[in-house]
Order: sequence, then C-alpha cells, then structure tokens
Amino acid sequence: MNIPFPDLRPVTPEIIMTLSATALLILELIFKNKGVLAFIGILAAAAVMYIMPASMGETFGGMFISDSYSIFFKFIFIINLILTILISLRYIQRQKAEYGEYYSLLLFATAGMMLMASAKDLIILYLGLELMALSTYILAGIKRHDVKSNEAAIKYFLLGGFSSALLLYGISLLYGMTTTTDIYKIAEHLKATGVTTTLLLSMILIAVAFLFKIAAAPFHMWAPDVYEGAPTSITAFMSVGPKAAGFAVIGRVFYTAFQNIQTDWTTILIGIAILTMAVGNILAIVQTNIKRMLAYSSIAHAGYILLGIIAGTTEGLNAMMTYLFIYAFMNIGAFAIVIILDRGEELSDYEGLAKNRPLVAALMLVFMFSLTGIPPTAGFIAKFNLFTAVIKAGYTWLVIIAVMFSAISAYYYLRVVMNMYMKEMKQEAAIHLSPSLSLAILITVLMVLIIGIMPSMVIG
Amino acid sequence: MVPLNWYIGLSAVIFVIGMVGFIVRKNILIMLMSIELMLNSVNISLVAFSHYLQDLRGQVFVFFIITVAAAEAAIGLAILVALFKNKAAVHTDEIMEMKG
Repeated sequence: MNIPFPDLRPVTPEIIMTLSATALLILELIFKNKGVLAFIGILAAAAVMYIMPASMGETFGGMFISDSYSIFFKFIFIINLILTILISLRYIQRQKAEYGEYYSLLLFATAGMMLMASAKDLIILYLGLELMALSTYILAGIKRHDVKSNEAAIKYFLLGGFSSALLLYGISLLYGMTTTTDIYKIAEHLKATGVTTTLLLSMILIAVAFLFKIAAAPFHMWAPDVYEGAPTSITAFMSVGPKAAGFAVIGRVFYTAFQNIQTDWTTILIGIAILTMAVGNILAIVQTNIKRMLAYSSIAHAGYILLGIIAGTTEGLNAMMTYLFIYAFMNIGAFAIVIILDRGEELSDYEGLAKNRPLVAALMLVFMFSLTGIPPTAGFIAKFNLFTAVIKAGYTWLVIIAVMFSAISAYYYLRVVMNMYMKEMKQEAAIHLSPSLSLAILITVLMVLIIGIMPSMVIG
Repeated sequence: MVPLNWYIGLSAVIFVIGMVGFIVRKNILIMLMSIELMLNSVNISLVAFSHYLQDLRGQVFVFFIITVAAAEAAIGLAILVALFKNKAAVHTDEIMEMKG
C-alpha cells in the first residue's frame, strides 16, 4: 500500500511550535539562566507569526485545515503566548517557580490551541484540546510548594478530565450515527438523516464540554478557584488562550457539523449566555480578591462573547473574533498590573495607589475602563461591534439584557478605580519593575488605546 | 453475534456509573478512577461502532484515547502527590483553601 507523504506546508506553524517546545525541554538542562529560554520561546512565537499567513491549505487527508478563521485565532494564541512570557519572566522568579519546563509547557499549550483552531476532524480536535488542557493543568500547579496552587491544579484537572470524558461520549455517539469524524462530512450526513434524540444528546454533551473550557455558567465552578490559586501569569494565560480556543471550536463545530439543528443549540446557548452574564457579573460584586474578581469578570465576558455565536451570522462570528482579540490585550494588561505590584492580590491593596504610584494607577484605570466598555478604550469598540452584530441578527432583547449586565459590571470594575483614587493610602505600595514587564504593559495599553481611537484597525 | 445495542447499552451503563461516581464520591483517587471508567466506556462504544460500521476510524480514535488517558492519569497523580506533600489530604472536603 502506498501512503502519500502529507503536504506539511499548512502545519508548519504547529510543527515549529512543537519542535521549539521540545527543544526548550533539552536546552533547560544547558542554560542556568531561564531568561534565555523565555527569549527562545518569544523567537519561536515570532517565527510562527511570520510564516502563519503563508500556511493556508488543507492536509493530512482533510483532517487539518488552515483557513483565515483558524489563522485569526492563531494570532490571538501567539499574542497571548508572547505577552504571557513577557509578564512571567521576573514574576516566576519571585514566586520561586522558575522551572525550565514553564516556557516549554506554555509553548505546548499554545500548540494544542492552534491544533484545536485548525481541526477539521474530531480526532484532531480532541488531541489538540488535551494537549492544551494537560499543559495548563501542570502550569496551574507549577508553584508546587504552594497549597493553593496545588489545589487549583487538582480542581482544574478533575473538572477538565470530566468534561473531556463528556466530549468523547458525545463524539462517539456522533461517530455511531454518521460513520465519520470529519466535521464537514458529519454535516452532510446529518442533513440527510434529520433530527433525532441521539443527535440532540450528543450535541448537548459536546456543548457541555466546550462550555467547561470557556467557563460558562453553570460549568464555571472551577474558574474562580483555579484563577485565584494559579500563578498570576498563568491566570492571565488561561483566561485568554483556552477561552479563545474553546470559542474557536464552538464556532467551527456548531456552525458546520450541527448546522441542521441550529435552532436547538441556539435556544440552549441563549439560556447559557444569560445565566453566564448573570452569574459572572453578580458574583464579581462580592469578591475581595482581585484575581477572583477578574475570574468572574472573565466568566461574564464569556457570556457576552457567546452572543456572537448565538447571532448565527458571519458578522456575529467576526464580532466574536474581534472581541476575543481585544479581550486578550485588556485582560492580560490588567493581570500585568496585578503582577507589577508586590502585594496586589487583594482589592484593599489598591487603596490610595494613585497618590503613591500615579502611573501604575493610571494604567490600571485604562484597563478597568476597557473591561467595563467605556470609550475611548478598545473594550467599548469590542462591545459595540458585538452588540451591533447581534441586533442585526434580530436578538435585540438579548442585547438589552447584556447591556444591563454590562452596567452592573461597572460597579466592580470602577470599585478598583475608586479604591485607587478616592481612598486614603494605608501603606507604601512596592512595585517590581522589569524591562519585559514594562514592554508587555506598553504593548497592551497602546493596543487598548489605539484600537479604541481607531477602530478601523480591527473592524472590517 | 452480540447485537450492537448491547454494547452501546453496556457503554452507557459504565459511563453513567463513572459519572455518578465522579459526582458522588469525595476521594480524589476514586474520582480519578471514575474518569477512567468514563473514558473506557467511550472506548467500548467506539470499538463497537467501528466493528459494526466496518470503519477503522473508531479503532484509531480508541488508540489515541488510551494514550491520552495514560498521560492524563500520570499528570493527575503527579498533581495529587504534590498536593499530598504539602497537605496530607485526598478528600475534596479537606481541600478548601479557596472559597466564594
């Protein structure tokens, strides 16, 4: 039997990513200075970003596809990777978690996300998802002498494993119905067979697994604990990367494979989206730890982004992607400010910060405004763009609910601002400045402001 | 020949046992076993489908699932060992550093 050698051009980004991750594992033994590994990681990410646009195409017998949809998501993953490496360089030294595997695992997790975005077959999708998930479990627990970090890792691991078992059961039912795991062929099959109870069951199981990954209510239970316990740099990484990857696969699987039951899944997702926005925004109000608050805020943002999927139009999907792109910058920026402060995990640590460290406070103000969605920041553009698309799709009532919850969110975001500018200082706030961290903050704040002032950069 | 429905029924029963075990039991090791049970029930149904549909994809998928499950178990136990070193606990009730 003659097996043709697959065309490797479309997978070159993933190959480079995986090879560099493996190389980092070996180089870790040679270099005592882990900063070199970080630099190599950034170089690999830059190389991937450079060759990505040229990687269009399909390969491995149609299991892997690199199209403009996946490439846009891969850009988000690479930006997430680069910013995470920049913010974690000094931070993990401070946290005594400077193991060489750290950077390697970040690269592996990114490679997994890239595979997910490019999966045209459910097998590849599952493998990518597990590569991402397994790497993030370890990263969440990388502070192995810290009980909180251990606890975060074990909680993430147990619920992640549970959700991937649900995903697999859904896939196996789908395979039994259609004799294939190719997403596009599944769609053809399902059009011919029509709607059955088994199909709905498998759709629900797959949806639950993906909703776990994006931390949508009622599958959000793990998020606050994991976000709080994990090292802050990893929290930033997790709140953007796996979430974007989850949305990438939801978009791909639901829009193609489950096209003929669109009304069914839209109904389910509407309920989930409303619940997610409610849980995220209301529970964020009572938090005293800023990492927990940002965890609930990221749950709330998942709710808004789900509206883009619900819209069911190309415009909605595009708005969702733009939202995720902007969200990456504003969220990592906020976490970078948490990292820069010596003691910045509690909300009370921010009291009087503006008098003591005016620049840090001003930067935090920009990110909080952006997360709330106040112009002229990028967060406003993201929300405006998304809500316009959803209104055009005919879900005006849903947008009204989203805007109401968005108004609630101003309470807890602006409470940080109020703490910084209107409360008396209790103690001097020490900061840990490093060139890489400053660079990350500079990139994020510039992107947030530039997109906010010139939205044409990302829209259209 | 054993009909396909029996295999699918068996797989569904094992899956539900695993799911209930995961939700009801509080010992992390038992929860890990429950996840393995769920994964193996999927393997049964995939192999059964693969045989009855005369399509090899299902069996290929099973190999991948077995491999990933092994990696997952290794990582899960490693995390549990790290946790156990800091705090001798395997019950979810005892692991409650964070709440809210």
